[in-house]
Amino acid sequence: MDIQAVREDFPILKRMINNYPLIYFDNAATTQKPRQVIEAEVNFYEKHNSNIHRAVHTLSLEATDLYEKSRERISKFINAKESSEVVFVRGTTEAINLVAYTWGLSNLGKGDEVLVSLMEHHSNIVPWEITAKLKGFTIKYANVKPDGTLDYEDFEAKFSKKTKIACLSQVSNVTGVINDVKRITEAAHDNGSLMLVDGAQSVPHLSVNVQDLDIDFLAFSGHKMLGPTGIGVFYGKKALLEAMPPFQGGGEMIKEVEFSRGVGCNISLNELPWKFEAGTPNICGAIGLSEAVSYLQAAGMDNVQRHEKDLTKYALERLQECRKITIHGPGDISKRCGIISFGVESLSSHDVALICDNYGIMIRSGYHCAQPLHQEILKLQSSARASFYIYNTREEIDRFVEILKEIEQL
Amino acid sequence: MPTLEDYVARVEGTCGAEKDVIVFFKYEKKDEIISNILKKVTVNNKIAGIIFELTFENFSFRLYTSGKAIFRGVKNREELNALLSKLLL
Repeated sequence: MDIQAVREDFPILKRMINNYPLIYFDNAATTQKPRQVIEAEVNFYEKHNSNIHRAVHTLSLEATDLYEKSRERISKFINAKESSEVVFVRGTTEAINLVAYTWGLSNLGKGDEVLVSLMEHHSNIVPWEITAKLKGFTIKYANVKPDGTLDYEDFEAKFSKKTKIACLSQVSNVTGVINDVKRITEAAHDNGSLMLVDGAQSVPHLSVNVQDLDIDFLAFSGHKMLGPTGIGVFYGKKALLEAMPPFQGGGEMIKEVEFSRGVGCNISLNELPWKFEAGTPNICGAIGLSEAVSYLQAAGMDNVQRHEKDLTKYALERLQECRKITIHGPGDISKRCGIISFGVESLSSHDVALICDNYGIMIRSGYHCAQPLHQEILKLQSSARASFYIYNTREEIDRFVEILKEIEQL
Repeated sequence: MPTLEDYVARVEGTCGAEKDVIVFFKYEKKDEIISNILKKVTVNNKIAGIIFELTFENFSFRLYTSGKAIFRGVKNREELNALLSKLLL
């Protein structure tokens, strides 16, 4: 992979921030967009914009074709059995809420258990906590070891006859730890439980094959993988999706709304995946995401992963030169993705992020929407986080370390 | 008569247990703002030419030359606004 050629595709990387060249290390929050994605969106609005489905005019046909071809490309990207198993949503959060509010509300009740890990993003905790209060089921939290890796034995031990679904992120958005979701999926299925995987930090960075993993549900966001904001994917096995009630009601998700005076409306639902896509979807977003997927496929997901691994290894090595920095997460590079959370002695994470910002380096600070992990496992008030992607370089890491060394002197 | 809106772009509570507040000043006015603030406060430390550690009344805060400030121990938005008014107006 020619990183300099890749960088040329990202117009924003030419920006100066506070008179310094932009170094963008906040990729776990959102990624930058290549020209190809931007142009695909402009092209759609300039040449094909129309609402999709159920119209007979040319523009609608073109828009529908682009939208559905996007679905097909994305379904192949995650190796779904059929494109009807891919539902467009706003992002990971909406996808998990969809499962909690449709499958969850109709299948969970008093005495049932949902098993999640303590390293989850709030989006894989809060929907379950809210629906648990509505339906009276219990949430069990599997432990995470002090180095941020999953306590597999504890996770597996917490399965019981009451466990109806297990929910786990494939990659932690704080430590970058890669979880063996295949192992947990096998344990879930042996127990008769379903498996939901939060792929927000894995699908953009690893080759994810839903059939090989045999997971039941997968959620991921377009904007974390070079695509636009406001578009994401909910994948579910067809038989499960068919049995689930719709998430929202409105146009597109119905076949018929037959009115009988004195009786009301008799509603028949649309087929998959449209049953879950009420209203006008983010058509342009789906097309942009498809272009992002195409970009990643051209780069090769193995190359993307190799590049990030190299950057992470290099960064971890260079950070050893900093005396006041503590890295959170495992030292073993094989266990992690391109996310490094850290602390600087006697400085808050926000100060570290503000100083980096002063030098044009964008990193994140805070809980990263994973308060339980920070409080319960890492015992931290917050952390600073640098996260890498396809366009980052070793030279940028050198500059970052140089600034961190300056910060240490404060 | 200038108001806080003329100088403050956004106020954001930090994410984390610290409960600090970050004030983003209007970027195009940052130099004027920093200069005005420095006239009114006690400068405890100037670090690497980019951070000022400051005290004003009973509050200590850090001001960055990029036009951002991080305040600690501010109880609520009213208290922050009162403080900013004294510093900026």
